[in-house]
Amino acid sequence: MDWSTVQLWVGALLTLMIFSFLYKDNPFYKFAEHLFVGVSAAYWMVQGFWQQIVPNLLAKLAPGSFENIIEAARGQQPELVYIIPLILGLILLTRLIPSIAWFSRWSMAFIIGYTAGSNLPRYLVSDFIKQVEKTLALPLVATHADNWLQWIMYSVSNLVVFGGVICGLVYFYFSKEHTGAFGRASRAGIWVLMVAFGASFGYTVMARISLLIGRLEFLGSWIRSFT
Amino acid sequence: MKRTIPILITAVVGGLLIAAYFVPAPFLASADRLIPDFFNIIAAFAFVLGGGNLLRVHLTKISRRDHEWIYSVVTVAGFLVMLFAGLLKLGTGEGGAFHWTYDLADGRLLYDALYQSVFTPCQATMFSLLAFFVASASYRAFRAKTPEATVLLIAAFVILIGRTFVGGWLTAWIPEPFSEYLHIPNLSAWIMSFPNLAGQRTIQMGIALGIISNSLRLILGIERSHLGGGD
Amino acid sequence: MGFLEKLGRLDRRWIFLLIAVSVTIPLMLQRPAPVKPSPIVRNLYTAIDALPPGSKLLLSLDYGPSTVPENDPMAHAIARHALSKDLKLYVMTIWATGPPLISNLFETVIIPGFPNKTYGEDYLNLGYKVGNQGLIQSLTSDFRNQYTQDVGWGDIAARPVGQIPMMSTIRTIKDFDFIAGIGSGQPGLKEWVQFAGDPTGTPVGGGVTAVEAPLLYPYYPTQLVGLLGGLAGAAEYEALLVENHPEFGEAAQVALIRMFPQTVAHLVIVSFVLLGNISYFAQRGRRRK
Repeated sequence: MDWSTVQLWVGALLTLMIFSFLYKDNPFYKFAEHLFVGVSAAYWMVQGFWQQIVPNLLAKLAPGSFENIIEAARGQQPELVYIIPLILGLILLTRLIPSIAWFSRWSMAFIIGYTAGSNLPRYLVSDFIKQVEKTLALPLVATHADNWLQWIMYSVSNLVVFGGVICGLVYFYFSKEHTGAFGRASRAGIWVLMVAFGASFGYTVMARISLLIGRLEFLGSWIRSFT
Repeated sequence: MKRTIPILITAVVGGLLIAAYFVPAPFLASADRLIPDFFNIIAAFAFVLGGGNLLRVHLTKISRRDHEWIYSVVTVAGFLVMLFAGLLKLGTGEGGAFHWTYDLADGRLLYDALYQSVFTPCQATMFSLLAFFVASASYRAFRAKTPEATVLLIAAFVILIGRTFVGGWLTAWIPEPFSEYLHIPNLSAWIMSFPNLAGQRTIQMGIALGIISNSLRLILGIERSHLGGGD
Repeated sequence: MGFLEKLGRLDRRWIFLLIAVSVTIPLMLQRPAPVKPSPIVRNLYTAIDALPPGSKLLLSLDYGPSTVPENDPMAHAIARHALSKDLKLYVMTIWATGPPLISNLFETVIIPGFPNKTYGEDYLNLGYKVGNQGLIQSLTSDFRNQYTQDVGWGDIAARPVGQIPMMSTIRTIKDFDFIAGIGSGQPGLKEWVQFAGDPTGTPVGGGVTAVEAPLLYPYYPTQLVGLLGGLAGAAEYEALLVENHPEFGEAAQVALIRMFPQTVAHLVIVSFVLLGNISYFAQRGRRRK
């Protein structure tokens, strides 16, 4: 039996073990679930080590020691600035030692500082300013169309986006009581959001079915291997 | 040491990155290059931390003979086999020792063989289970109890049918120019591109404002709950 | 207990069985579904099609085995399209689960489909680096500092980027003519828009799982050139590709074939929701009497 056959059989048996959960929780499912947790944690750890720590940290700090593994390190000078992420990375691991775990906050602070500092301008530009621009730039009366229906629909569609965004924002504005015209706008906002949620639901169903198709195709290829 | 230094680190790192986005100064450009670079490396150490934590939790469970500890043995065994196969780049063939220059996705490595035969089927099947649960939930819980729920239901129906060829067949009889909008696949595309877009944009702008304000609170040191106690 | 009440209390395992059957039987037929491309998919196809030969397309496979049935057909179709147009194809991933998917793309699409193309001159495997959006941000300022070497392919060993012909003109992400992200979550296409497309002006397009697709519509069409939403989006792209390149044949119709069981399952779920509601309203009406 060659490796590919072993792999196919192991894969198929684990697939069936996990599908057995559909009948009820059982030891086969638990076995596969726990195996998956262990294997995936190690998978990530190995990826982090070989794809980042070795080529982008160790090979930059001590290129001579790694030139047989990382070709790009050959003939390079050490870049001592990378001592900083090395120290912060090692400090992060102090979290595993309860007595000095508080040290890891320094590395966490760097991670949080990076995430906050990089996200703030990008969310501001891509997800806020550009969205406001795109909403306000919509012509509420269509300027060109091939026929009368298209003209009406272009205008209605743009109005749906413009009005929908305004009403949706009104719904999320909680500092004023939702009564009168404000309340009606808020109610319209709910309807727009409901259409969006309906679309999301439809797409979610679609996604889940696609994944099942993939697994059944795999089981099909396993069954075909019997012949 | 426990709170002041982390607050300072967050403020300096975050502040530099924000400044670098808006101010074209060479010093800030260097910061903008190095900080993400350092972040990527520290993130790799976080993977090691994750693995170490998992090992600690499950070894504790085994040593205490906790409820269902035997499954923790499976987790630890899977973890160690995958870890050594990957770190030592063990091969599957004859003379399969340490292939230091092979890529991790090379089919000749045991690490890749375990990925293909254990990781892939487990992860893919776990997610595919959701197909069954989403069908069951649709049957049991998706009710048109209110006008809002009815709107949601109708939108979902149009999308579900409109994204398939049956939607086209069902409304093939609609004449031009009305079919441009009422043909179910076209109606589904319209829902996605206009009312859905409006709803999603509203949510997206709200999330953006939340992220912006929270980022500012973190950088300015107003938000400190993640630091825990101690000075 | 009446029929409608029984229907309301149906054991969920019957529903599971029906779903399994409704997917399995049409899947066995292996028939491609007739699919009509939507404007958002057509836009992506047109944008890639309009790139002149020699243009540099960065294809990032940011997903894992859990969403392969949706994402693989997208990545494979775009790779086929790019190579058939003589574009330079740079493949990378910002997901740790991505490298084996790149290998699969090479093994099943590029090597058998484009034997006259050369590794390092026409297509390249850059592999995976840790960092999520941090990685994308690094690439906008210095691509070569992150990717000091490629990954290589089969017996072709990894080489420093300075020795790879395709990398001679690449310094930052701005040097690419198009970024195609195929994703299934965070980090993914959204981060490519926020961290690469918007700051540098490089056109971004791609495909995501159906779960994520509705969330990305606000970026379309200015920040995101086009979008493949789930298996249906992949099938629409395949339909355009097969229509213009019939030589690709059945190998390029994976998503189209999957759309047949997908359609049947959609109809079954719609029927479930209708039945569930009929049962609910019938019981409510009886209770009111």
